[in-house]
Order: sequence, then C-alpha cells, then structure tokens
Amino acid sequence: MFSSDGRKVVTIWIVLSVIATPIVVLVLGPHLPPGNGSGQAHEQVVDNTWMLAILTPVIVLLAVFFPYALTHFRHRGGDLEDGPPLRNDNVVMTWWLSVTSLTVLFLAGFGTYQLLQNGSGGGQGPSPIAVPSGSKLPVQVIAQQWQFTYRYPTYGGVETPQLVLPADTDVELHVTSLDAIHSFWAYELGVKADANPGVDNVAFVETRGPQTFHVRCAELCGLWHGYMFNNGKVVPQSQFAAWIKSQQTAFAPVAKYLPKYSKTYYPDPQRRAG
Amino acid sequence: MRSATSIKVLGVAVGLAAAGVLIGLYVSKLSTDQGSAAYTVPVASQGGHKVVDLTIQTVAAVGPQLSPAHPDYVSYLIRNTQGKWVRRTVWRLPANATVHVTIYNFDGASGLRNPLYARPQGMDGNSFQLDGKATDIINPDDASHTFAVPAYGLVVALPGVADNAKNQCGFAPCALSMAHRTITFTFHTGKPGHYRWQCFVPCAAGWIDGFGGPMQTIGYMDGFLDVL
Amino acid sequence: MSVARRLVGFNLLTACLLGIGGWYVGWFAAHAVVGPSLNFFTQVDFNELSLVMGYLCGVIGFLVGLGFLNYPLARLRGYPPSLREKETGGIGRYFGLCTDHKVVGIQYLVGIGFFFFIGGLNAMLIRTELLRPNHQVWPAGTYLTIVGLHGTMMMGMMTSGILGPFANYFIPILIGARRMAFPRIEALTFWLLMAAGVILETTIFFGGFPTGWTGYQPLGTQANPGIESYYLFFALVGISMTLLGLNMIATVVTMRAPGLTWTRLPIFVWGVLSTAVLMVLAAPVLIAALSMAVLDRVAQTNFFVSAQGGSSYLYENLFWFFGHPEVYILALPGFAIVLEILPVFARKPLWGYRLAVGGLLGVTLLSFLVWQHHLFFSGINADLRPFYMLSTELISIPTGLTFICGMMTLWRGRIRYSVPMLFCLAWFFNFFIGGLTGVFLSDTPSDTTTHGSFFSMAHFHYTIMGGLVFTFFAAIYYWVPKMTGFQLNERLGKVHFWTMFFFFNSTFFPLFIAGFLGQPRRVVTYANGLHFINVWVSISAFCLGGSMLVFLYNFVKSLVFDRVPAPADPWGSKSIEWQLPSPVPVHNFDRIPVFSGDPYGYGEARPTTVPAGAPAGMN
Repeated sequence: MFSSDGRKVVTIWIVLSVIATPIVVLVLGPHLPPGNGSGQAHEQVVDNTWMLAILTPVIVLLAVFFPYALTHFRHRGGDLEDGPPLRNDNVVMTWWLSVTSLTVLFLAGFGTYQLLQNGSGGGQGPSPIAVPSGSKLPVQVIAQQWQFTYRYPTYGGVETPQLVLPADTDVELHVTSLDAIHSFWAYELGVKADANPGVDNVAFVETRGPQTFHVRCAELCGLWHGYMFNNGKVVPQSQFAAWIKSQQTAFAPVAKYLPKYSKTYYPDPQRRAG
Repeated sequence: MRSATSIKVLGVAVGLAAAGVLIGLYVSKLSTDQGSAAYTVPVASQGGHKVVDLTIQTVAAVGPQLSPAHPDYVSYLIRNTQGKWVRRTVWRLPANATVHVTIYNFDGASGLRNPLYARPQGMDGNSFQLDGKATDIINPDDASHTFAVPAYGLVVALPGVADNAKNQCGFAPCALSMAHRTITFTFHTGKPGHYRWQCFVPCAAGWIDGFGGPMQTIGYMDGFLDVL
Repeated sequence: MSVARRLVGFNLLTACLLGIGGWYVGWFAAHAVVGPSLNFFTQVDFNELSLVMGYLCGVIGFLVGLGFLNYPLARLRGYPPSLREKETGGIGRYFGLCTDHKVVGIQYLVGIGFFFFIGGLNAMLIRTELLRPNHQVWPAGTYLTIVGLHGTMMMGMMTSGILGPFANYFIPILIGARRMAFPRIEALTFWLLMAAGVILETTIFFGGFPTGWTGYQPLGTQANPGIESYYLFFALVGISMTLLGLNMIATVVTMRAPGLTWTRLPIFVWGVLSTAVLMVLAAPVLIAALSMAVLDRVAQTNFFVSAQGGSSYLYENLFWFFGHPEVYILALPGFAIVLEILPVFARKPLWGYRLAVGGLLGVTLLSFLVWQHHLFFSGINADLRPFYMLSTELISIPTGLTFICGMMTLWRGRIRYSVPMLFCLAWFFNFFIGGLTGVFLSDTPSDTTTHGSFFSMAHFHYTIMGGLVFTFFAAIYYWVPKMTGFQLNERLGKVHFWTMFFFFNSTFFPLFIAGFLGQPRRVVTYANGLHFINVWVSISAFCLGGSMLVFLYNFVKSLVFDRVPAPADPWGSKSIEWQLPSPVPVHNFDRIPVFSGDPYGYGEARPTTVPAGAPAGMN
C-alpha cells in the first residue's frame, strides 16, 4: 500500500493506536472483570488487560479504514463507473498474514502461560496440571438440584450449605454433582468449574482479603437453575476456625448419616418411587 | 385491476388476522399455569407483630380432581380459609412476620439423596416437632419430602408414613383420619421479595434421579413465597 | 391442471392428512407393542415409545402424502428413469413436491422465513420475562421451554438459511447447469425441515423441554416427554442438512459447465461447497448423539447416565463435535455472500480470490479441531486445554482473510450504497465485534468468567445474527428481484436496515457488559444491579422485532401490491445469473454456456464474462 491513500490510513492508524492503547489499558484495565478478589481472579484481569491492549490497535485499524474507505471511495452520480481492476497485492497479503498469525500465536502462548501458572480458577478435571505449590485446604463443592453444599474433608467431613473460606489461603476445590450437570461459579474469586455426576473436577483458588462473593450456577440444570445461587464469604483465619467449629456442632446429629467423604458420589436412591 | 387489489388486501388482512389468532393461542398456551396463581395466606396480628398460620399436606398422588393433566404427580396442597385443600404453591406472606407451619404428610418414604437435609435447619430455635415430639434429626432414609427455602437457609425434612401403615391415602385430598405424620415448625419472613421453595427428596417416580416431572413443576413440589 | 385434479393429487393437503394419520398409526402401534398405559395423557407411565413412533410415522405419512414414494415405486415397477414432469408454471408447484430447484429455493425462503419469525417471537417472550428480576411472566418451567424453543428453532432453521433458499436457487445457474444433481432429494430436504419445525412446536403439548438448544444429559433424560420433540426436530434437521450438503457437493463437483475451472468459480459457490462439507461431516454425529438420547429415555439404556455406567461427557463431546462445525455452517455462507456482493457494489474485482478461498477452506478444516473450547471447565483433561486454545485462536487467521479480501475490494472502488451493500457492510462491523469477543472467549483464563454467561451469548448473537442474519437479508434484497422479477422498495429497505442495525447493536452490546458483571445464561432472575441493563436490552429487542415487521411490510407490499418489474440486471453485476431474464425461466439456459473467466471482471479490458450462447433472452 504505497499509494497516498494507503499511507494516510496507515499513518493515522499508527498514531491513533499509540495514543489509544495506553488510554484504554489505564482507564479500562483496572475495571476489567472479575476483579482482584483472589490470585486467580487477578491473573484473569492481567490476561484481559493484555488482550485488550493487543486488540485495541486492531479495533483502531478497522475504525480508521472503514470510515476512510466508505467516504473517500463513495461513488456519486447516476452512471455506473468501474474501479481499477486490483486483484492482488503481495505486500498487503504478506503483511496481513504475518501480523495476524503472530498476534494470534502470541495470544495463544501468553494465554497458555497464564493458564499454567496456577489454573486461573477454572476446573481442570480429576488430574489437574497447573497446581499451586504448598499446602492447600481441600473443600468439596457438591452440586445438586438446586443448591450447592460444601464439605470440608480435613474437618471431619462436615457438610454445610454455606461456603466460608479462610483469607490468604490456597484452596483446592473439588466440584462434583449428584444428579445433572451444574457449574460452580464464584464470580469475585474468578472460579468456574462444571459439576458433572461421577466426576471430580478440581479448581484452585488463592483467597486474599476478607470479602463476600457471589456463587451462581452457570450450567442449565432444570427448573431452578436461575435461582441456584448464594453468597460465600472469605473471613480471617481465626474466624474461619471458629465458624467451622460452630458448623460441626450444628450438624453433629447428621454426621453419622453422611456418606464417607469421597471424591464422587453415586447416591441412593436412583429412580426411587414415591 | 381494482378488484385484484382488493382481493390482495383481503388476503393480507385474513393472513394478519390468522397470524394474530395463532400467536394469541400460542402465548396463552404458554401462559397456562398449573397452580402458579398466588394464594394469599390470611394474617393474624399478635401485639402489632404479624403472625401467619400455614397448613399444608403432601400427598403421593394428587388425583384427577385437583390435576386432570397429571393425576399421578406427588404434590403439596394448602388448606384455605374454608377448610378446603387447594393445589397452590405460590403463597403470599407478609414481610417481617412469624410463620407457624403445620404439615401433614400422607406419603411414604423415598429417602434423601443428600443426607445433610435430614437435619432441620433455618427454623426458629428448636421449633421442629415430629408427631408432637421435638427432634433435631430424622433418618434420611425415612424422608418423604422436604420443605426448603434456600434463601432463608430453611430446610425441613418430612418423614414418611410407614410402608405397612393401615388406611393409607390414595388420591388427594387426604382426610386427617388416614395414616399421616405431623410436622410443625416456625420461621420468620424478612424483607419483601420473591423466594422460591422446593423439595429435595427425589420422589418423582419414573424419572431418572427422581427429579423430573412434579419435582420440576410449579404447582406440585415447587413454588414461591411472595413476601410483600 | 384443473383445481379439482390438483386437490386429489399428491400435495400439501394429502401430506397433512397422511401425516396426521401416520401419527395415530405410530402411536397406537407402539401402544399395542409396549402395553397400554393408564390413560392417554398421564405423565407417569406415559408411553414415550408411542410419542416417538407417532412422530416418526407422522413424518413418513407426510412425505408419502407429498408423493416422495411415487418415483421409487414407479421404478420398482419397471418404469424407465426420468425426471418428474416439470410443470412450467402455476403457483400450485410451490405447495408440493417440485423438482425445479428454483421452486425449492423459493419454498425454502418462505418456509425458513416463517419459522424464523416464530423463533423471533420466542425471543420477544424471553425478553419480556427478563424485564423484571423478581416477577414471573411465564410459569418458571415454561420459560426454559421458551428459551429452548428460540435457540433450537433458530439453530435448526438458519443452518439452511442461505444454502436452502439461495444455493438451491442459484448454484445450478452459477455453474451453468439446468438442475441440481439430485432434484428429488433437494425437495426432500425442504419438506423434512418443514415437518421438523412443526414437530418442534408441538413440544408445548407434552410439557416442553428444560435443556435449551444443547440438550445436555442427564437433564434431558430427566425431562418431560416434550423433549422427544426436540430430539426428533434436530434429528430431522440433521438428515436434511446431510442430504443438502451431499447434493451441493455432487452438483458443484460434477455439473460445472465447460470452461468453469475451480479458479473461475464465484466465491459464493466456494462458500456453499465449504459449508456443504461441514454439513455432511458434522450432522451425522448429531444424529447419533440424539438417537442415543432417545434410547436412554425410551429403551432405558444408560449411554449418558453416569450412575449406571454411562457418561454425561459422552453427550457433551458428541454434541459439540457437531456443534462447533454447526456454527461455522452458519458463519461461512455469510462470508461467501459478503465476498460475492461487495465486488458488485464497489465495482472492483474480488481482491485476493485465492486468499479468500484459502480462508474458507481453512475455516472448514480448523472448525473440526476446536470443539472442546465449549468444555474448558467441564473437567476435561487439563493437558488438552492449551491445544484447543491454540486451535481456536488459529481460526481467527482464515477468518481474517475474509476481512482483508473484503476491505481491499472496497479500497479504491466506486462504492454505491444500495440496500444489499449496506447489509454486507454491517456484517463487517458485527462480525468484527463477534470475532474479537471470540478471542476473549477462546482464551481459557479469560473464559473462566465469561463461559456460560451473557458475554458468550452476546458473542454468538453477534456472529450468528450479526453475521448470518444480516447477510441473509443482504441476499434477499440482492436476489429477490431475480427470483421473482419484482423489485423490493429501496427506501423501505433502508429503513429496515438502519432500524435493524441500530437496535441489534443496542440489544446485544450491553449483554457483553451483563455477562462481564456476572449474569449467567438461561436464568429467569438476576442480580438487582443488572436491572437497568436488562430493561434497556428488552426494549431494544422489542424495537428489533419491530424492524423485522418493517421488512415484512416491504416484502409483502413490493411483491404482492406494487409489483414493479425489475430489470434483468438492476445492480450492474457481471455474474451470470444477471444475464438471464427475471424471473429465471424454467429451463435456466437455452444452451449450456461456456465460461471464459470469473464473474469479477469490473474495470478490466476483457469483455464481460457472459458466456457464449447463454442467455435465454434479455430485456
């Protein structure tokens, strides 16, 4: 594209990109979801910021090209006039293919790097590969129609309907289902893991400071899918110890009926009649 | 030419009318509820504080009278002010009130999928009473249904009638002379809102996991608390 | 043929009668085999085999009533092979089995348009529900059925949205043939689709279905009998798609006129070919998955019930192995239409023809390698996720080739803003947004928040509705003058375009934000903070529906009342279909043409590519 039109477009594009990208990153970046509620959520924000930064010049290119082309090359007048028979241009083709390929490969590589750090909060199946080092608090998330319940295997397998996590701790979530496919989505913690019956889906989250977070079901699971939510809390570690004790006391009568803690459950009854 | 145009106009008009009628029928078919009209529970006042009495029965089969489309479904029924049992599961309750609940369960046991719900939670203090005796746990295999309002943390399991009990109820409405269990508890409503309630026992016979059919239909084993 | 004779013959009327008859035969035969149930409409002990057999026999009765068995039976009795006698005119041809590809094209246009409006009505009902988070407009279970009906109807019908009407009508013309390779199969694909659409809507009589268009198990196994309608709809759509694709491939590969080499094919034909390959390879997998799901319900098998040894994963993988090529079946015809129409209105040859073809073929190949990006957090083997992230990101490259070819075609052109061109330009805007947000979704860490949320929903509406549906209308405004011989009103067309474009963006752009803020898909309620966004979106959606009514008004007014005759070549295109009269005569060409170049000879010294001896007469 060595024509004067071409040079104009490329120049405007480069200038606007150089101006727009830092602005977009600095203004929008800190507000990108899901926020910094956990280590994994923060990773996602970083990822989103990088992608936004790389994609802004692409947006600017089309935002410059189209208004320019559609106004400059508009044909006015009633008669039908043909344009120049340009069928190809090796320079443009080479540039375009190289730049798009490199961008895409970079994004894929960067995303993989981020993913392998410590999983970015997503469910990794029964054999996760992006495992944070150090000790982790295991918490099982049991999804059923239509409520999430939570078991703490290292605290005697106590099961509670509310999710409370200690602050500044690495948590290993084991998500499973008792019936249909659900999905455990803790928005502010940046965690999403599908709950499949008979499957142990592991996700990691590194909690930070005390906060409330929203838990929602993110996979259609029947009538009350839209109402399958509650709030969870991240509390200081001392408060967590006290809370778990209170739950163990409150649910002591049912402890003898709960099945032994296991990564998956095949509960009775199946197809029981009324 | 004029007659050709007027035929076309007529044709378009008929087409539009037909479309309107079909759309109307379609939308009305979709809106047909199965018991999701709201029922306003009468309120008593005790020293300025609102008190409500809910009397409910759960039955194994709702019968053709109360549900011509699904006579075999299990269902909740509520007793209205005339003493009649109606199949409504959307209940209007006042906000910030005390609700005394009495449930007569005429159905047999199916068993809880998650035994956690065998521990009654979310009601006032120790107000859970089974057949007149206060208790804090039931055997999960005995559970017939539950009444649960997850937004309130309220879960109350309803034990079932023994399999060999005499005089079991066939189709609703069931008379109190037939074999039943009585469960009473109290809970509080808070801010106004639209709170769903459900059963957690997979009691729908014939569906995989027992959670199909009536378990997923408002007007049977699911409903709303319309707190106003 | 007299009216009386017509009514007695094999036509839509006999088809409906035999269809209803077939329903009863199937229902009661299954009843007799499996055993009577308590009473006809109870749910427990509901005989689902009766329902399935009723539907299947109903479809068979419908097809027999249309006359599809007549030719096979005639051949069995020893009659020589022949094409069915094509009547040369009359509106009756449109209401039955007709082997004229042009009639089938118009049947498709009206049929798909009809079901498109029904799906759109369902969308309006969905948005009505979402106006308020704490108020149920529809009974809660019905809302899920409405969501499922919208998605399923749209996905099933719009996969053939461009291939059905426009490829059936124009592929033979564009390649210089008089018919498709298999004219009866062509008609069959249309009528299967119509039967399927009716079957889907009858789900409301059997309790609806709670799974959405993806039909995940084991929720599907748990559902009311209405889900059989969903399974059968998609199975029939799958069969229709496979046959449609087969027909297209066979036609384009074997029936090109002399001189039409692969490098001279219009880009639209390449697009149809790529789409057809996807259809043929992906649809059978869907049919397999759905058959297994039906067996799980009817025959008590346990393919997808994990407690009995099956796996919910099996369904997810089978479905998405089909599902991802499915969305490219929706997207590729859009690319093809845009690249076909842009040269006409920019008056320049298509830039980078081989690049564009490479792009189409690249998308076709890669679309089979990406499906697990729908399953990033389902608990799939974590080693696979980087691979699928890479393959999904790579698909942006061939898609980008479509963009550069379109952009460079515009460059230094003589652009005219007729209505088809406006829709094609809007495609760039919409698909760009859709594609960019797709990059966010393909990035696994970022997908953790956006998967299953309104962000993903807005993404696919931008690519499918903003991509396919806009080009669907572009094709309508472009080609209806040729198909019918009458012009569509340009001013009303522009009103339609601008209202549709504005309200489409106003409806779906805020949904990205709703998704980012945490609203999951398919929910009847949402956080109070999202109330304003949802109200805005609902009102925009109603206005978007209104813009469709503008189109309908234009369509009916122009074609039924105004009937302004269209010239043979209103757009000044050099493609061969515009060298024929409007509407195209029954036999297409007087003599089979000989091609000497591609149809993009704008600005070139060589004569226009009107092939020798082609036109049957020009106005």
